[in-house]
Amino acid sequence: MTKKAEKYSSSEIEATDVEHWLHVYQQMVKIREFEEKVNELYMKALMPGLAHLYSGQEAVAVGVCEALNQKDYITSTHRGHGHCLAKGASVDLMFAELLGKEAGYCHGKGGSMHIADQESGNLGANAIVGGSAGIATGAAYTSKVLGTNQVTICFFGEGALGQGLLYEVMNMASLWKLPVIYVCENNMYNEYTHFNETLAGEVAARAKAFGIYTEVVDGQDVQVVYETTKRLVERARRGEGPAFLECRTYRFYGHHVGDINRAYYRSKEEEQEWRMTRDPINLLADKLIGQNLTDQAVLDRIHSDVKSEVENGVQFALNAPFPDKSKVDQDVYA
Amino acid sequence: MTSERELTFAEAIREALAEEMRRDPHVFIVGEDVAEAGTPFKVLSGLVEEFGKNRVVDTPISEPGFSGMGVGAAMTGLRPVVDIMFGDFLTLVMDQVVNQAAKVHYMSGGKMKVPIVFRTTLGATRRSAAQHSQSLHAWVSHIPGLKVAIPSTPYDAKGLLKTAIRDENPVVFFEDKMMYKLTGPVPVEDYTIPFGVADVKLVGEDITLVATSSMIHVAISAAEKLKEIGVSAEVIDPRTTVPLDKQTMIESAKKTSRAIVIDEGYERYGVTAEIASVIADGAFYYLDAPVKRMGAMDVPIPFSPVLEDLTVPTEETVFEMAKSLCRRN
Repeated sequence: MTKKAEKYSSSEIEATDVEHWLHVYQQMVKIREFEEKVNELYMKALMPGLAHLYSGQEAVAVGVCEALNQKDYITSTHRGHGHCLAKGASVDLMFAELLGKEAGYCHGKGGSMHIADQESGNLGANAIVGGSAGIATGAAYTSKVLGTNQVTICFFGEGALGQGLLYEVMNMASLWKLPVIYVCENNMYNEYTHFNETLAGEVAARAKAFGIYTEVVDGQDVQVVYETTKRLVERARRGEGPAFLECRTYRFYGHHVGDINRAYYRSKEEEQEWRMTRDPINLLADKLIGQNLTDQAVLDRIHSDVKSEVENGVQFALNAPFPDKSKVDQDVYA
Repeated sequence: MTSERELTFAEAIREALAEEMRRDPHVFIVGEDVAEAGTPFKVLSGLVEEFGKNRVVDTPISEPGFSGMGVGAAMTGLRPVVDIMFGDFLTLVMDQVVNQAAKVHYMSGGKMKVPIVFRTTLGATRRSAAQHSQSLHAWVSHIPGLKVAIPSTPYDAKGLLKTAIRDENPVVFFEDKMMYKLTGPVPVEDYTIPFGVADVKLVGEDITLVATSSMIHVAISAAEKLKEIGVSAEVIDPRTTVPLDKQTMIESAKKTSRAIVIDEGYERYGVTAEIASVIADGAFYYLDAPVKRMGAMDVPIPFSPVLEDLTVPTEETVFEMAKSLCRRN
């Protein structure tokens, strides 16, 4: 059941890189705490609508985005909070958007599934499964035409492998050697259905068929995700074209916050196994402590700092005003 | 000073593209067989020779793929003109047009823009049957965030296309494939035509014929016949369905007291319904007859010429409808 590292297992962390990895740790904790708070807001009926939690997949968003520059682009998915935060979004403006407030990234018009932030290179989360594959590839096209040296990351889940758009744009990206990296977060479940029931053949083979350079990694190992992405990004910047990265990962919560009773599609034992043995935050903590590069007190401090950042962010959002009603028909056209 | 010469509709489109591509290096064309082939209608012939294959980009037969790429390119600084060979293929790209391009600006709280043009065709009677003949402009006119241009003459085509390319929003631009060889005066000088401004193609007193795209020519022919029986028809071309110049149509209907709306889209839930409603609403107390609608027959477009010709409004059917509205039987 549990997938260990597919191709690469991470090596030891260099002592000189400790600060970097503590930052990576903090980014993952930030996403986890953010999502825990989102769940709480939903349970307390303080948040309109639903949200799709990223908990469990933090190593993918953080490992990938840490390998990018601020100017590099990402496109995200309905399960996008982790990507936004990892690419540099701030917690308070994220919460404000989730609560439909004027102060939010999209002034309350986008919500959980449509957070976009040009400042941090986030071209937007997308509520159509696989819907941003065209946008990501088009952004890479712009970078190539204008010679900006930017790389675009297209995040999507394994559910998007059912969408034809992805194959159309991978074909063109390969033909035209576009600087785009397709990051498939295989959390094993297309909403409420195991991917074994929806996917014929192998994931990686689909990208390879287009002549796209492909790697498969353990998506719970942030070091592996980071180091692999770094290589793929350098490759893309050198003009060597697109890549496809399958990250084997797991969604700790349900499809969305309201998906509580999940026994009909996956067992509690399976969930426990992943949470106990494959939590990306714990895996990095074990490594840092195991190598004597840090101690628990430092990590505890990170947790408490993040908790207060998240608490402050949510208070800011709860207190922030809703948009004025006059805004409803503004921004339809530029 | 305007020096006028005659261009075909296709030449006017090509000239608009060439001028905008010279003016702005961010403008590029992308689609199937747009480069050396110049599209099946040869509308783009010669452009690849001037601008090269990096700006006139041939793609695989992947409409959603290259449309989606166009959206991403537009969001990041380029100004794509996406070629959707037949209007019927809009059905293949609706997610990219409707859920992505049309919504990015609003969903991002006004932060992001999608300056993209989707050029495509409409129009029946080319003997191309049910999947290459539809006029689906009502579909996109329905969607907030999109603008829709539907020119009827070479002059309008050039001016509106230049406006579309300079617009900061997604624009869907419909060209009637039966009009590509139609000629008309087009000035040599640079000009644009603003969206949302209807054009009175013919001034009249007794009845208003609001028509779009090639239906303008049907309406003008019908008006000439009506003149012979003493009916003076005013012919109005909205030129863009979004934004829609309601005032010009309402004022005309107030003056004439009668109106027919003629459009080649399916009649049911179509452009004619929207415009008829606008006129009925705005000119109600001035009308002497109900506003009539003439669209494409609500059937898949048949192949056989005998059948196909029955599905679209013609000079004859418009003439008959106008005659009966004016009680000249």
